[in-house]
Amino acid sequence: MRIIKASDVTEAIKKMAMDSCHYLNSEVTQAIRKAKNDETSPLGKIILQELLDNANIARNELIPYCQDTGLAVVFVEMGQEVEIQGGLLSHAIDEGVRQGYDEGYLRKSVCDPLTRKNTGDNTPAIIHLSLVEGDKLKLMLAAKGGGSENMSSVVMLKPADGIEGIKKYVIRKCFEAGGNPCPPIIIGVGIGGNLEYAALLAKKALLLPLAHRNPDPVLARMEEEILEEVNKSGHGPMGLGGRNFALAVKIMKAPCHIASLPLALNIDCHAHRHKEMIL
Amino acid sequence: MTRELEITTPLSQEAVEAIYSGDRLFINGVIYTARDAAHARLIKLLNQGEELPVQLAGQIIFYAGPSPARPGKPIGAIGPTTSYRMDPYTPRLLEEGLKGMIGKGPRGKEVRDALMKFKGVYCVATGGAAALLSKCVKKADIVAFDDLGPEAIRRLEVERLPVICVNDIFGNDLYETARMEFAVKSGYC
Repeated sequence: MRIIKASDVTEAIKKMAMDSCHYLNSEVTQAIRKAKNDETSPLGKIILQELLDNANIARNELIPYCQDTGLAVVFVEMGQEVEIQGGLLSHAIDEGVRQGYDEGYLRKSVCDPLTRKNTGDNTPAIIHLSLVEGDKLKLMLAAKGGGSENMSSVVMLKPADGIEGIKKYVIRKCFEAGGNPCPPIIIGVGIGGNLEYAALLAKKALLLPLAHRNPDPVLARMEEEILEEVNKSGHGPMGLGGRNFALAVKIMKAPCHIASLPLALNIDCHAHRHKEMIL
Repeated sequence: MTRELEITTPLSQEAVEAIYSGDRLFINGVIYTARDAAHARLIKLLNQGEELPVQLAGQIIFYAGPSPARPGKPIGAIGPTTSYRMDPYTPRLLEEGLKGMIGKGPRGKEVRDALMKFKGVYCVATGGAAALLSKCVKKADIVAFDDLGPEAIRRLEVERLPVICVNDIFGNDLYETARMEFAVKSGYC
């Protein structure tokens, strides 16, 4: 067994929480720069330039580039030969969130769903744990904003709906979302599994690098077609017109019941706060 | 080409009438933050016939909950949250004399109608440009509902806060017109 200290997990989560909110992902920065260069709407160009300037200010002054510093979603891939010592893994993760959101001057955006009382320290994190081979611990943090999450959904399609039905649903929901989720957006799609697994796949798809090429040619084609279609809509940056409504579409799929075709759409804003570390 | 306009709060009737959908506005003066929880409390106070902690006549509400300020800074990151969540409360506040709102995303029909009826404008700021927007905030003080944390009502003094007018008092909606215009220009329809 390989021993990993709970305090090391806390440190890693804390660092990822702060870094993901202060430093805009370099892939996203590049994608926004590219979008700005080929944007034909004057207002769209202004908006995309604002996002680039904004990222520079945030980086230089260590202030969050978006005031919504998200709900911390942590994916853990734990090698079966790893033993966590010095505390519970979930406590170590929450402690990292607590410290990172405090010391990084990040907003605490977590509350009771009914009383709406803020928990005060941005905990609890939402943790997805999977066991894998080996003696490493991989931590992936996605600090998800509320505005784009609100535009996400799960639907149980009929098997007869097929690929066309999937595309139609995703495109329709993106159009309905319009300017709400802070476009340019990144579109995560989960196909198959069941109700909760489709949603998880959609969120996992958002963890893929923007440049990741889908190895499944059918899914790769669907990604291209959806991206082209949503950008043709003219919604553009912030929904105020233009050709850059979405930066990327990422799809993951899993086998499902013969009666079902579960589909989940998880929209992410351009902030796209993601970090990963391997301990 | 986008028209640019400097405005200063509080807004007079004439100032509001001069603003058109599509204008890029630079706001100077005092504005107030309020989002979901603060709106619910404002409406509750109005329904109970009580006085509001801020006078809304001629004012602008920014739908925003900032991140904490670092020592020596007036405010942390501040940017717009999605506006439709405030739709159920907005007509009542416009009736109280509120003249402007800053958020992101389209508004419902009741709000668009109320903007025409009570003469107010709805503007958007660039979502996710909160470090940039924070530079326009020179002073920030919590003036109500301190217990709401990021959702407390703050009085902000701003200089040249950049926003875009989406809904003017004449019934125009930039979310509709901008997309149409783009689609026509691009030959998509």
